[in-house]
Amino acid sequence: MNKDELIIAGRSFQSRLLVGTGKYRDFKETRSAIEQSGSQIVTVAIRRTNIGQNEKEQSLIDFLPTEEFTYLPNTAGCYSADDAIRTLHLARELLDGHNLVKLEVLGDPKTLYPNVVETLKAATVLIKDGFDVMVYTSDDPIIAKQLEDIGCCAIMPLASLIGSGMGILNPWNLEIIIDTLSVPVIVDAGVGTASDAAIAMELGCDGVLMNTAIATARDPIMMANAMKKAIEAGREAFLAGRMSKKLYSASPSSPVSGLIK
Amino acid sequence: MKITINGNIRNFKYESMTADELVLELKLKGKRFAIEKNGQIMPKSLFKEFTINDGDNLEIVGAVGGG
Repeated sequence: MNKDELIIAGRSFQSRLLVGTGKYRDFKETRSAIEQSGSQIVTVAIRRTNIGQNEKEQSLIDFLPTEEFTYLPNTAGCYSADDAIRTLHLARELLDGHNLVKLEVLGDPKTLYPNVVETLKAATVLIKDGFDVMVYTSDDPIIAKQLEDIGCCAIMPLASLIGSGMGILNPWNLEIIIDTLSVPVIVDAGVGTASDAAIAMELGCDGVLMNTAIATARDPIMMANAMKKAIEAGREAFLAGRMSKKLYSASPSSPVSGLIK
Repeated sequence: MKITINGNIRNFKYESMTADELVLELKLKGKRFAIEKNGQIMPKSLFKEFTINDGDNLEIVGAVGGG
């Protein structure tokens, strides 16, 4: 069990929980929750820097040093392939050549549903430009396979819409994706509570990426711990292999012989 | 010269400056950021050579919390 690592583009990780860094009250809470979650990979957004306001103002990187965590810069807020490509080139420059990224191209500001056509376009260019692309997508097995075929290093289908906390709405599609693909499949978006994460792992997902479920819990640090356990429990249940389901069983757990008369 | 930084116009007393000088001027030294000039990324390794002139449009970005 101790050598059950998650391998993404040649990098290995002990934790299968990936977390976002948004929506926390402050950087201190961000740090505590992420530490508690045991996550080694953290997503960040790329935004305009505040210029000249406050020189002493602390930044996210001060609390989550790049030597300690693997950064996964994302393209949240991008609605076209061009915007996403531009954002990740800036991210690579910002992080001194770090090329592992999360690509997401959105299609609609109301639902934040991914635009898979633009996502495929952007992924093709980014891979040619030398990026290791972990890609957020819908739970469409055909698109997931196409994203793998063009060279994405991890496919990250949604469980349900970003920030919705609705859990896994289509386990059947996720199972098809997991069965069809060779690269890691990481459920990204929609997880609401620990059981959702455990179900994703029991289905055979290689990991789960979440942000809102932890950050907006009443106690984010306790929820981070719950998620860590759920991911580990789900993974072990998957590896252990569950019993088969039967409507009823003629095989009781206790011996049928030796009953008192 | 006047340049646009992150959508805001700013005046500088110089006629032009290198990216290195701009970083000092904006008190960004030691911080993690990336600069794009007129749509092109300026690599940090070339900050001493890249010049910024009147009318240039800069985007300066950093990493922030996100999912």
